[in-house]
Amino acid sequence: MVELLWLIPALPLAGFVVLLFFGKRIGEPLAGWLGTAMVALSFLVSIVVFIGLWDQPEHTYDLKLFSWIPAGSFHVDLAFLLDPLSMTMVLFITGIAALIHLYSIGYMHGDSRFPRFFTYLNLFVLSMLLLVLGDNLVVTFLGWEGVGACSYFLISFWFEKDANATAGKKAFITNRVGDWGFMVGTFVVFFTFGTVKYSEFLPLSPGLAQSTATLIAVMLFIGAIGKSAQIPLFIWLPDAMAGPTPVSALIHAATMVTAGVYLLVRVNPILAASFSWLPWLIAIVGALTALLAASIAIAQTDIKKVLAYSTVSQLGYMFLAVGSGGYSAAIFHMVTHAFFKACLFLGSGSVIHGMHEEQDMRRMGALRKLMPITAGTFIVGWLSIAGVPPFSGFWSKDDILSYALHKSPVLYAIGLFTALLTAFYMSRQVFLVFFGKARWGESGDAELAAMEAHTAAHDADATTDDARSDDLGEATVAAAADAGPVAVATEHHAHDVHPHESPWTMTIPLVVLAVLSALGGLLNLPFNENTELLNKWLEPVVGANQVHLGLSGAQLTVELVVSTIIALLGIAIAYGVYLQRRVDPERIELPLFANGWYIDHGISVFAGGPGRRLFELVATFDRVVIDGAVNGVGRLTRGGATRLRTVQNGYVRWYALMVGLGAVLIIAFVLTQVTF
Amino acid sequence: MDTSNLDIAYLALSAILFGLGGFGLLVRRNPLVMIMCVELMLNAVNLTFVTFGRMLDDISGQVIVFFVLVVAAAEVVVGLGLVVAMARRRPGATADDLRLLRG
Repeated sequence: MVELLWLIPALPLAGFVVLLFFGKRIGEPLAGWLGTAMVALSFLVSIVVFIGLWDQPEHTYDLKLFSWIPAGSFHVDLAFLLDPLSMTMVLFITGIAALIHLYSIGYMHGDSRFPRFFTYLNLFVLSMLLLVLGDNLVVTFLGWEGVGACSYFLISFWFEKDANATAGKKAFITNRVGDWGFMVGTFVVFFTFGTVKYSEFLPLSPGLAQSTATLIAVMLFIGAIGKSAQIPLFIWLPDAMAGPTPVSALIHAATMVTAGVYLLVRVNPILAASFSWLPWLIAIVGALTALLAASIAIAQTDIKKVLAYSTVSQLGYMFLAVGSGGYSAAIFHMVTHAFFKACLFLGSGSVIHGMHEEQDMRRMGALRKLMPITAGTFIVGWLSIAGVPPFSGFWSKDDILSYALHKSPVLYAIGLFTALLTAFYMSRQVFLVFFGKARWGESGDAELAAMEAHTAAHDADATTDDARSDDLGEATVAAAADAGPVAVATEHHAHDVHPHESPWTMTIPLVVLAVLSALGGLLNLPFNENTELLNKWLEPVVGANQVHLGLSGAQLTVELVVSTIIALLGIAIAYGVYLQRRVDPERIELPLFANGWYIDHGISVFAGGPGRRLFELVATFDRVVIDGAVNGVGRLTRGGATRLRTVQNGYVRWYALMVGLGAVLIIAFVLTQVTF
Repeated sequence: MDTSNLDIAYLALSAILFGLGGFGLLVRRNPLVMIMCVELMLNAVNLTFVTFGRMLDDISGQVIVFFVLVVAAAEVVVGLGLVVAMARRRPGATADDLRLLRG
């Protein structure tokens, strides 16, 4: 049954090709159903292949389709490697993608480029599957670039608005920085091993020189940082929320951004062969990203921005797990995060849809009665991400924290504090959106007026940012996107807002994802070896380099209790602040956090000021030295030729004389040099 | 001794012929005469070959002469063809007038 493996990427490819050429003719909603059916079929095939994989030796299956690049000793096949790791990825990618396709049919209803949207989505699923299934770095890179390109297409899907187009460009450029690392890593792998095939070079890596292994690992880590939005390349992900919400859910929460984590888990033997500071670096970057992003998330007002920063934060947890040697924990969290974050994003999309494109949480509230299904599923997602037992996020986060504690108590403390922040900002979001007083419609008028002052200040802030960025020739997308919802809200005034529940195509995926978020923890319960299903399943891939915790029952209990307390504490604080109003939220939502630690701002200032001068210097160097060298060679040749051409004077007898003289000279030379 | 003196004389003769041919090639401007000079040089070389063949008692010198004759014949065909074609297009043109390919 595993032979059907090729069908998994082939089905989205077929959907993509058909939609690309006939999408407009098929039209709405049939194009959406076609795209959905292709991905859903792909999911079904994945299940069949999954069942077939059990019979394979070591749960591994290699399928070679054809020779792609046969160039001397460099040989690349278009081949798929199916092992427990890629199988896990394929299952949740196709499964969640199918749900999100279904959801998009409802969400994108009435959009003028409805078929085009599904064309991109199918292409994205194809690329993602190539990424995880590729049996060598080059095929993985093909998928890697494919998801990057699709992300760019989809972020700027509504390109009529300038901020969206800019956000797409920002994502693309930031990703390119990471791609550079991936490419260099691939080159080094080839020069070291003479092959880029995982099954050939990974088993050799324990014998590798530490410095070489570290170089490869660092380069691939840079690639992973770019794709998975870690410090310092995380800036693109929050802006990526400019895309339609299903895109945010599919690409920027559930699948694409996990590619970096996947890559690091895939090359875990290389990480193990590196210097010991490398895992530390990964863990520290992950922990700091988690903390930084969580701190930014507590002060965001855009419903999707909060989720975006929380995604960055959760990805930080996964890197922390990888760095601490908990590869299976990283994958576990990746899977549960895919469930609950897709659920939350789709829920927020449903809210935005119901509120008629309103994204500002300060203009929401008390929506739970009007959108019961959305609210219910969102609450499940919230409890899951906040780490409340027995929801899935609790188990996976605790798994990571156990590994972090094993690595270092400091990392554990950062992780715990981030968990507190996570519980806090997610509760804040839920309370602002679904509970409290309705701040939309007429009842919210007074509150709106009260908020006016704050908004005005915020607006002024945003406009100055805009003005400055125009000056500098670099768009501060964050500021532009911040200003966006406010502008939209003032356009169609809050009076005629009538929130409503979304159609069934949108609620069904929500319910399914909510169930998965609630039960996802069953994949890997930490109680004994028999309940750690995912650990056991991933054993052939990561087992050799996985840190073995060997926790005693008491330790485990303490950790679980601490995590629970932290989660409940975060929720309680948010309850006090946002529902009981015991503390002024302004005292927590510092401008530093609201503006993302001024990182975007700083980059704009740098890129516009010293950065611009620096690069102008580089451009001058390019123009003067590089171009000068090239043009100089040209001028030299021309000048030399002008003088040399006079030798060819056209007098044939002159040529004859020269031939004669030359002959005499050569003979004279031979006669004087050669002794008989 | 006699024979070697005779050989030397032949070699001297061929050197004189070669020199005459080369000198003529350089000083005359009529293409036809220039071709005749080239022929003179070729035949001077032929004479040298034969002489050396005899001196060294080696038949290959004479063999090469046949090759040279054949090549010379072919060369004359092409050369005279060029001279005729040229005389038709530009009657009375000397070698120095034909310098279209100058740099």
